[in-house]
Amino acid sequence: MQIAPPDFDRMFGALADHTRRDIVRRAIDSEEGVAELASHYPMSFAAVQKHVAILERAGLVTKHRIGRRKVVRTNVEGLRMARRLLDQYEELWRGRIDRMTQLVNEYTRESGQ
Amino acid sequence: MTVTAVRKDPHTLSMTLDAEFDASPDRVWQLWSDPRQLERWWGPPTYPATFTKHDLKPGARVEYHMTGPEGDQPRGYWDVQEVDPPHSLVVRDGFADDDGSPNTEMPEGEMRVTIEEISPGRTRMSIASFFPNTEAMEQVLAMGQEEGLTQAVGQIETILDEEGAAR
Repeated sequence: MQIAPPDFDRMFGALADHTRRDIVRRAIDSEEGVAELASHYPMSFAAVQKHVAILERAGLVTKHRIGRRKVVRTNVEGLRMARRLLDQYEELWRGRIDRMTQLVNEYTRESGQ
Repeated sequence: MTVTAVRKDPHTLSMTLDAEFDASPDRVWQLWSDPRQLERWWGPPTYPATFTKHDLKPGARVEYHMTGPEGDQPRGYWDVQEVDPPHSLVVRDGFADDDGSPNTEMPEGEMRVTIEEISPGRTRMSIASFFPNTEAMEQVLAMGQEEGLTQAVGQIETILDEEGAAR
C-alpha cells in the first residue's frame, strides 16, 4: 500500500513553520507572486523567497506562469495526503478500541456483573 | 461512543486518543497485561496478532507478529520503559526482522498508555503515540489496515482551521 510520496518527511518539516503554513493557506485561493506574498510578512523578500522554495521542494506549493507573472499556488492534494496518514492511524485505533470494548463487555456478562 | 477525544498533530507525527470503558482500571489493564486478551484486539480480524514473548517489566522486550491475509508475518517488538499497573505503560516500539531481531534501520516510536478511573466503574484510557518518521507510520498502517476500510480523507481546511483556531 503506497499512500505517500517519497518526500513525505520533507513535507512535514516544511509545515513545521508558522510563516510557511500561512503562505500555504494564503496561496490556496490567491494569485500572488513571491513579492506580493512578501508584503504580508515583516521579513525580507529573500526570507520569504526561501520559505517558498522550501514549500516548493516539499511539493506543497507550485509556481505557475500567468502572462508575465509567476504566481505561487498551494498543492491541495499534497497537504491532504499528509493528513490522511494520521486519519488512517486514528481508524486503526478506533478498531482496536471497539474490540477492547467487546472484550470488556464479554467479561462483564460472564462474571454476571 | 467509546472514543471520547482524538488529537492529531501532523507536524510532530503524534496522536493522542482517549477512550472510556464501563469497567475498572484493573479490567482495562488486563487487556494489556494478558497476552491472550491483547491478541484479541491488537490486530484486526484480517491481521491477527500473536504475542510470542510478553512480560510487562521495565527493560523487558515484548515480541509479536501479525499474520496477514496473504500469509505474510510482519514482526514487531516493544521495549518496555515504564510500568505502573494498572495505571500506566510506556514502551518504545519498533519493527523486527524475520528472525525476531530488531530492525535497526527503522527508528523506534513511542507509545504511552494511561489508565485512570473517572467515576466508579468508569475508566478512561489514553494512548499517546509518537512516530519517528512517516515511513514508520506507513509500515504500522500496512500491518494493521482493516480490509475495505473507508479511509477518511482529511481536508486541507481541517489543518488550516486548526492552525487558525490555535492562534
